[in-house]
Amino acid sequence: MAGANTRHGGERSGTVAYVNARLVDPASGLDTPGALVTSDGTIADLGPRLFSDAPPPSVEVVDCRGMILAPGLVDMRTQLREPGEEHKETIETASAAAGAGGVSTMVCLPNTDPVIDDVAGVEFIARRAREVKATKVFCYAAATKGLQGRELTEMGLLAETGALAFTDGTRAIANSRVMQRALNYARTFGLLIVQHPEDPALAENGVMNGGEMALRLGLRGIPTVAEVMTIERDLRLVEATGGRYHAAHVSTADAVEAIRRAKARELPVTCDTAPPYFTLNETAIGDYRTFAKLSPPLRTEEDREAIVEGLADGTIDAIATDHAPHDQDSKRVPFAQAENGIAGLETLLPLSLTLVHKGRLGMMDLLGKLTGGPAGILGLAEGRLRKGGPADLVLIDPDRPWRIDPDSFLSKSKNAPWDNLPVQGMAMRTVVEGRVLHDRLA
Amino acid sequence: MAVPLKKPKFEFRHRNLLGIEDLSADEISLLLDRSDHYAERNRRARKPGKALRGRTVINLFFENSTRTRTSFQLAALRLGADVVNMSIEHSSIKKGETLLDTALTLNAMHPDVLVCRHPESGAVSLLSQKVECVVVNGGDGAHEHPTQALLDAVTIRRRKGRLQGLTVAICGDVVHSRVARSNIFLLHTMGARVRVIGPPTLVPGTMERFGVEVFHDMANGLKDADIVMMLRLQLERMQGSYVPSIREYFRFFGLDRQKLSNAKPDALILHPGPMNRGVEIDSEVADDIGRSAIQEQVEMGVAVRMACLEVLTRNLPEPDDG
Repeated sequence: MAGANTRHGGERSGTVAYVNARLVDPASGLDTPGALVTSDGTIADLGPRLFSDAPPPSVEVVDCRGMILAPGLVDMRTQLREPGEEHKETIETASAAAGAGGVSTMVCLPNTDPVIDDVAGVEFIARRAREVKATKVFCYAAATKGLQGRELTEMGLLAETGALAFTDGTRAIANSRVMQRALNYARTFGLLIVQHPEDPALAENGVMNGGEMALRLGLRGIPTVAEVMTIERDLRLVEATGGRYHAAHVSTADAVEAIRRAKARELPVTCDTAPPYFTLNETAIGDYRTFAKLSPPLRTEEDREAIVEGLADGTIDAIATDHAPHDQDSKRVPFAQAENGIAGLETLLPLSLTLVHKGRLGMMDLLGKLTGGPAGILGLAEGRLRKGGPADLVLIDPDRPWRIDPDSFLSKSKNAPWDNLPVQGMAMRTVVEGRVLHDRLA
Repeated sequence: MAVPLKKPKFEFRHRNLLGIEDLSADEISLLLDRSDHYAERNRRARKPGKALRGRTVINLFFENSTRTRTSFQLAALRLGADVVNMSIEHSSIKKGETLLDTALTLNAMHPDVLVCRHPESGAVSLLSQKVECVVVNGGDGAHEHPTQALLDAVTIRRRKGRLQGLTVAICGDVVHSRVARSNIFLLHTMGARVRVIGPPTLVPGTMERFGVEVFHDMANGLKDADIVMMLRLQLERMQGSYVPSIREYFRFFGLDRQKLSNAKPDALILHPGPMNRGVEIDSEVADDIGRSAIQEQVEMGVAVRMACLEVLTRNLPEPDDG
């Protein structure tokens, strides 16, 4: 088991009272000083007047003074690398990393080996999650067989088995007819199609954002239009089919604007982004730093600013980690040969909180994009504080200063471009169904 | 209501039978009444009929078909016609002869009736413009299959006593089905309520323009249906393009006893054949003689085609004995 500071299987049946907390539940609009009590893995009660005298004796009491008690974070886009690439990450190590980052629910992409495109794949993830019994793990299933972009998967059967939505992971569903059929067929069961919005022909061989910086570095660029073109095409198909659509990790100003207009027209469309896209721009690549190579690529400062604006005005519904763990061998190579992605589970919260500390988003708004927002898109019961609901919680010290040190990540992979970045805000305790998954209070 | 048979020259306004969409309720009723007549006759010990004596019928099939062609052939023979079957499949088309060349060649041989099936929508109509004989559409592409709709209607009418007011659920690959189109037209014209059921890839929402109710789940679509009409799903359409797999299709859209329980207790099951057991229909349901009218549909097929041939040739000049 990873990290010694990760406690598993804390007394689930025990009753724990969190008192003097700032309770924040974006799904219900709750933001109040108060207390919350968990029992038997569920939230037994919560509210401003709970324990206004004193908690009953024989109950474990956690004093949350100065801290926020919120629903455990729901990460709607994670790559767990299991099955197939366990040298990069496993469900167990990713769960430990998630716990350290305040994430209580992960939704993993189907781009494993084998691909999660059949019922057995979905059942495998569910079984491994039960065995590890740490973070809750859900999965997407592939939209097309083998992620090949041609034939639809058995969406009805896969959804019955537990697949939350359908996506070809880090590949775009490029063929317009296949996308139309996927949206159309998924509508049979009211299911969601999640797109990696990038035109593969325009992105072919590209390794970073297209533009001046790529020209200077002599690297092949991926133009901004590769993203917005795919989204705009998909929006046309959404309009034609009525299917539900989610654009993953939007990175450009044009894409944000396209989705903003679609939402104004009340199309059934949502989107997310990931911390690198509102934290960094393409200059982070600097001297060919492969840790800053991701897909979609880091964009310009104007794009980064537009992502922040999209989060602030509600165009962007969710922030996902886009956790993409890679071993050294995948990153210590010439830039063009390096794999895409950042290990993000342990930095989701502090990087997102920078938006609050800089005054761009309110705390409730931001936490909504990490909890109720993604849970709502995927139809999960998680991501909210509800009496009788699962006791999935994160206790956040929103101001605590620290420096990100990738070497101390619990994730098996340490690929992240945030060396010694000073941040504010930390997950002090992560609870999944009443079990303490990670604890920094002690 | 049927027009009285005493005014035969004027009761059927069409030279050809290209589709149901052109037919009035009276014309459909006439064909159904005559079909009933021939159905009874076919059950008795038969003498060859005389209605088509001295006439030549050519069955011109550009698409594989055994049952439909045999049914048309029997119908013509039982009315005393001379019948020639021509199967022109892909190989002959490759020789370069166009559909219109074929039409002109056949026209020069002066047949009285051409029964034509063609894989392209609209091809039979095109053919009819170039020949002088009666043309009967034996199925054109994904457009119309009028005799199938008529035989379905006769089957329903004989079992239920009426078409008016019935709720008919058509399930499956509606978008590619000529059977579905012809049935929708016929059932609407005759006052039935039509629903279509299938995944949106096979039953697009725009079907509502046909005046039908669109459902994407069997439980709601079959609720209180009087008639359940299953369509055949072509194998090439259920391998990931329109439908992910056979098992998924059968799970959600195949007719089994459980899904059928949503329909009325005496709901009748129809299928144009040939059936894909375990794909669109469960054997247990297909072979339930109390519920399934599938064999009767085949029987009515011959009667309907006799009725069509008889009514359509009424308007032709009398054959010459010389």
